[in-house]
Amino acid sequence: MPMSIVKNTAFYALVVVIVVCAVFPFYYAIITSFKTGSALFTIEYWPTSFSMANYVNVIAAGSFTRNLLNSIIVSGCVVAFSLLMAVTAAFALSRVRFRGRSLLLLTILSVSMFPQIAVLAGLFEVIRLLGLYNTLGGLVFSYMIFTLPFTVWVLTTFMRDLPVEIEEAAIVDGATPWVIITKVFLPLMWPALVTTGLLAFIAAWNEFLFALTFTSSTETRTVPVTIALLTGSSAHEVPWGIIMAASVIVTVPLVVLVLIFQRKIISGLTAGGVKG
Amino acid sequence: MTASPIVRSELLRQRSRSARLFLLPMILALAVVAGWPLIRTIYFSFTDASLTNIEAAKWVGFKNYLSWIQLKSGRTIYSGLLVDPAWWNAVWNTVRFSIISVALEAFFGMIIALVLNAEFKGRGIVRAAILIPWAIPTIVSARMWGWMLNDQFGILNDLFMRVGLIDHPIAWTASSDTAMIAVLIVDVWKTTPFMALLILAGLQMIPGDIYEAARIDGVHPVKQFFRITLPLVKPALMVAIIFRLLDAMRIFDLIYVLTPNSAQTKTMSVLARENLIEFDKFAYGSAQSTLLFLVIALMTMLAIWIGRVKLDGGER
Repeated sequence: MPMSIVKNTAFYALVVVIVVCAVFPFYYAIITSFKTGSALFTIEYWPTSFSMANYVNVIAAGSFTRNLLNSIIVSGCVVAFSLLMAVTAAFALSRVRFRGRSLLLLTILSVSMFPQIAVLAGLFEVIRLLGLYNTLGGLVFSYMIFTLPFTVWVLTTFMRDLPVEIEEAAIVDGATPWVIITKVFLPLMWPALVTTGLLAFIAAWNEFLFALTFTSSTETRTVPVTIALLTGSSAHEVPWGIIMAASVIVTVPLVVLVLIFQRKIISGLTAGGVKG
Repeated sequence: MTASPIVRSELLRQRSRSARLFLLPMILALAVVAGWPLIRTIYFSFTDASLTNIEAAKWVGFKNYLSWIQLKSGRTIYSGLLVDPAWWNAVWNTVRFSIISVALEAFFGMIIALVLNAEFKGRGIVRAAILIPWAIPTIVSARMWGWMLNDQFGILNDLFMRVGLIDHPIAWTASSDTAMIAVLIVDVWKTTPFMALLILAGLQMIPGDIYEAARIDGVHPVKQFFRITLPLVKPALMVAIIFRLLDAMRIFDLIYVLTPNSAQTKTMSVLARENLIEFDKFAYGSAQSTLLFLVIALMTMLAIWIGRVKLDGGER
């Protein structure tokens, strides 16, 4: 009996360590964001002050709200466009036999492995030619490179597992493939669409390299770029309080979304990995 | 179905016609956003293109990769990417970072996955908690940890000194000895959850009665792990490791923000972008991007071969 008590205690100690390690940095960012002045530079493990000054500053100063809006617009458009193209493509890839299907799937999979830097030079040229440099459209356009392969891949695995019978009745009734997609598959696919859409949204929301390279003015930046470039007047005056407030604003919606949809997200993540 | 063969084949033709139509937007999008830019990047790596005047790029062959001039004294001077110490430093940094971070993530990810695979009160809380690092944007986590790792006011120095691990504050991100450690800490913190979830999915596919039988036979839990769990979870683990390796090889944002000026952490992506955009060595940067692409392409092919990814779209 004592043995099992020791084991249980050790197990729960491990659990506590895991939870603390996972949560502490975010917790510490939150309590830092409520500190100002000299309180910022005294190290404390528990919340001591509660000042909204940093939040007021970050929203009032500069173009943070504009950048936040940019992030929402860009991520929203990216999700809409990639889901639209992915649903039809996934139908073709999973339910129709045609020559070169395996090769196409292989290509899509390898595009998702592309290092973004490998296309940076070429994309830079394309975006300038299309007049999309320093616009939100340029970001939406370039983000397709990582959201599209991923959404196509996950939706294809999902559609592949749906039974043949659900389609047969519609085919007998003479429904066109477009009708089959919108009337038969879409209603069944909501869970998968929510999951992949959410994952694509998070990926677009967090993207940094393209956002940094393809924008040049503060008005077109997305929030990751703004946060990365937040500096004080000198190297020794990094405005940590403001940075933490901005970080919390950017992260809280994501954390809330992830916690609400955690089961769906886990199944979406592992569908891309284990099954694929 | 009672459809005659003619109707049936007409149906099939219609299906494959619309399949082509359905695939077109996706293929076009990927071609414009991935295929063509990749070809152009490779092309630029053989030119003297500059950022301010891309159109005037002229073909220079392999000059960006390797070129040499013979001096009158008979000495040969080599120049180009393949003899550039800064490039090889970045290659070494990338490889070192990738291998160490993925090894640590596999180790910690396995522990977390085993914990989550057990039945206990509060499992939901642990699962929710480990999703938080995953959900936090990389830039934000770099900034958060940059603050925690601050040399004067950082909580990590304070904690380590209280516990007695170190006797004086360390400038984690600025010092050349610890910059890589700082990057590794943040990356492991951020990406272990992903690894843990992939491994957990693998663990959950192992049927429970195997353990039942092992328990009845009195097999020690440690032996159970090495004889049953590890071999059975290996496919899932390998897929997770390969995914993460490919991802780690292209790391950019964390290093760009956490240790911007450290030669000890400068990876291939960071160096390539620096040349492309900041130093106006567009062609040279393209050559670096091309080499990184080649390395990752080779690894991907290896991965697909090892993982034997199921590419068949199913019977239809």
